[in-house]
Amino acid sequence: MVSALSIKELKKTYGNGVVALKSVSLEVEEGDFFALLGPNGAGKTTLIGIVSGLVNKDSGEVKIGDLSIDEESAQAKLHVGVVPQEFNFGIFEKVENIVVDQAGYYGIPRKRALVAAEKYLKQLGLWEKRHEQARSLSGGMKRRLMIARGLVHEPKLLILDEPTAGVDIELRRDMWDFLRELNAAGVTIILTTHYLEEAEQLCRHVAIINQGEIVERGEIKTLLASMEEETFVFDLGSSVSTEGIAKLQPFRASVGDRSVELTLTKEHTLDKALLALHGLGLEVKSLRNKTNRLEEFFVQKTGKSNKS
Amino acid sequence: MNPSELWVAYATIVRKEAIRYLRVWSQTLLPPVVTMSLYFVIFGGFIGSQIAPINGYTYMEFIVPGLIMMSVIMSSFMHTVSSFYFAKFQKTLEEIMVSPTPYPVVIAGYVTGGVLRGMTIATLVMVVASFFTDVTMAHPGIMLLFALLTSVLFSMIGLLNGVFANSFDGISIVPNFVLTPLTYLGGVFYSITMLPPFWQSVSHGNPILYMVNGFRYGFLGVSDVSVTLAAGLLGSLTAGLFIYTWYLFKTGRGLRA
Repeated sequence: MVSALSIKELKKTYGNGVVALKSVSLEVEEGDFFALLGPNGAGKTTLIGIVSGLVNKDSGEVKIGDLSIDEESAQAKLHVGVVPQEFNFGIFEKVENIVVDQAGYYGIPRKRALVAAEKYLKQLGLWEKRHEQARSLSGGMKRRLMIARGLVHEPKLLILDEPTAGVDIELRRDMWDFLRELNAAGVTIILTTHYLEEAEQLCRHVAIINQGEIVERGEIKTLLASMEEETFVFDLGSSVSTEGIAKLQPFRASVGDRSVELTLTKEHTLDKALLALHGLGLEVKSLRNKTNRLEEFFVQKTGKSNKS
Repeated sequence: MNPSELWVAYATIVRKEAIRYLRVWSQTLLPPVVTMSLYFVIFGGFIGSQIAPINGYTYMEFIVPGLIMMSVIMSSFMHTVSSFYFAKFQKTLEEIMVSPTPYPVVIAGYVTGGVLRGMTIATLVMVVASFFTDVTMAHPGIMLLFALLTSVLFSMIGLLNGVFANSFDGISIVPNFVLTPLTYLGGVFYSITMLPPFWQSVSHGNPILYMVNGFRYGFLGVSDVSVTLAAGLLGSLTAGLFIYTWYLFKTGRGLRA
């Protein structure tokens, strides 16, 4: 396995005593689409800050590819693109200048930078806005501007810290498509997000960080398959009778009007639940997960909602 | 990064810094020109006409170099301190900090921005001065050397202030309570030979005295201090502060959590 990012025993305590990272170790494979999940204050942004050179680590080792951020900092930075959580561009700057100037910091001459800026501004639907000041852009456009800026030097590893926060559903889907294409083109992507559906849709691997520690990591499919229990909502043709409720109790049933929530486990399977409902003479019109499956997994691992 | 890439990165920072002060010229270039014009009219014209020549020069001729130097000091300092502090405050500095641009290039870029603003204002004030008196240059090379060295030094001090500042108060303390008093007491308006011996000795502890006098030597060929000593002092201070600023960038003091 070739690592795009390798982190070993990374520790960080801020001056005010807050322990942000206890001893984090993480490997992200080249070409992966990787989700880093955790509640607010879990240490995600600190981790990204250290990788991108914005936060000093206390100890540990970080490598971009095989380049250490301590010994080969400049070379390592060449391969990383960062899209931060907060807007961090000059609001009075023109959109095109923000992207072209960023290329300049990577030593890319203006002529080449203009070509690269055109490519990404067009792909992200900002080309028409290129001569406008960044402050005139909508929230979604500002996020896309930061993606264009993070890509202008063609990094091998793109780190996105909540890139779709505040972006409407249609634009979010467009952004997902863009990120999928980028990943398919060979760019390794690390994503933090509060939308767990986003991580489930886009990413192959996930790490869940909580209180400065990685509490779970692995392939999303495998992790979800290992879930001990899952809650389903069954929409029914009629309401469950009192007698029926008692019969459904092995599934920890919670009954609503013409619906019932059943918690499924390895023992109490979906098949058994459907048989039980049919046995009560109830017609199952549709069924769905009560919450996003990854969200349920996340809550099981951290005891918190990802939006907390 | 290879030399041509380093040059691109440096030029990008300089270009951005130059645009920053040129775009708001009415806030950055006009006020010092107006202030200096008033100094020329009031101190040089109205009051100066009542004052005896100093070292053989009229009072107006005597204060012109000092007033130009005063503008250079304040504008160079103000440029880097405000530009860098705002970049920190608005987090736009992160654009540079995540890039491979080496810290000495970042420092050089910001300092060059301050020097460009300082030199632009020096030129404008000199043009204004030419309306009030004949601006002669006894040693143009020395004049230019002192203008540049002083501008580099104060751009660097402004940058350092920007690195340490954590609030808007933090960027106003140095210009109000350090630079202004030292500049006014640095021989802009008088020759220190006019002071009692004790205050002459005290004045020699003020670095701005050496800058003003070195610069004045370039114009008039007269100075209260050794020009070689003044150039050496300026050069040493600049080199020392550059190394210190580099160290701060490297360790992340005031820049990285």
